[in-house]
Amino acid sequence: MHAVIPYVTAALLFGLGVYGVLRRRNAILVLMAVELMLNAVNLLLVTADVTRNDAYRGGAFALFVIVLAAAEVGVGLAIILQYYRMRAAVHIDDVRLDGENAG
Amino acid sequence: MTVADALLLALGAIAVGSGTLVVTSSQIVRAGLYLVISLGAMAGLYLVLGAELVAWVQVLVYVGAVVVLLLFAVMLTRAPIGPSADLDRPAWPALIVGGGVGLGLAALFVDAFRWVRYGMPAPGTTERMGAELFGNWVLPFEVLSILLLSALVGAIILSRPDIGAPKPEAAPKPAAPKPEAAPKPEAQPQPQPQPQPQPQPQPQPQPQPEAASKPAAVKQQLEKQPEPENQEDGT
Repeated sequence: MHAVIPYVTAALLFGLGVYGVLRRRNAILVLMAVELMLNAVNLLLVTADVTRNDAYRGGAFALFVIVLAAAEVGVGLAIILQYYRMRAAVHIDDVRLDGENAG
Repeated sequence: MTVADALLLALGAIAVGSGTLVVTSSQIVRAGLYLVISLGAMAGLYLVLGAELVAWVQVLVYVGAVVVLLLFAVMLTRAPIGPSADLDRPAWPALIVGGGVGLGLAALFVDAFRWVRYGMPAPGTTERMGAELFGNWVLPFEVLSILLLSALVGAIILSRPDIGAPKPEAAPKPAAPKPEAAPKPEAQPQPQPQPQPQPQPQPQPQPQPEAASKPAAVKQQLEKQPEPENQEDGT
């Protein structure tokens, strides 16, 4: 096998994730793009197992990254739903951090 | 060009193609379903690369749980089902930064790894992955379990319905000292029976003046107060 194929795939997926995070306005779509970036890093780690030939180290880190992604999605969706409950919007352009516009 | 290469190319094309649709689709639900396809193709890539446990954990956690959570959030925020025009902001900065990152990293990898052949990895066994996880990486494993627990507790606390209304806290504060003052006379009569048996066992001389002086004054006050009540009641 040629390891450059999954490496380039991971790089392109990471670029797509960056594009999605910067492009999207809806917070849920931003989270989806973040998932794409995390998966690209996972693919990188698993492929590094093959090329470096010290087995299962990258796989272990990929499992850790999956756990981190699960925690991130849980907290992120809680924040999004709470924000929607307070402001009835999920557009991250409209989020003001000074807290002056309550309601 | 072996079978593994063909599989990697095909699955990589599926992953990148549906990933492109995830970040460009104008319908939120379709973006979520394209995300399922992309993550499934990446699970296939893990299988080809010999990481079976990671592949199945990917299917279980990502396709099974994370995407379902995202679709739940789509429903709970009443996102528009049809195509909506206000999902995106102007494309040029995102295109420049994202394309620069993706193509730059791809060029870096192509330059680093070229067209070098690597031997196919042995199919992964869960036993060896478990030995690696609980041997070399047991401390990060435990730290991550604590992190997951605290993140989920934090998510529960964030989801409380009363978090957005800080105003009615002003009312209970003046009422709070009253119940604090009320239990004090209730707590002071409780040491009253204790000084009375303490003079009989003599070996505790030091606690007696401290314990006896304060409750004695309190006792006198408290004994004086009920007596007129009884007399008034009696009269």
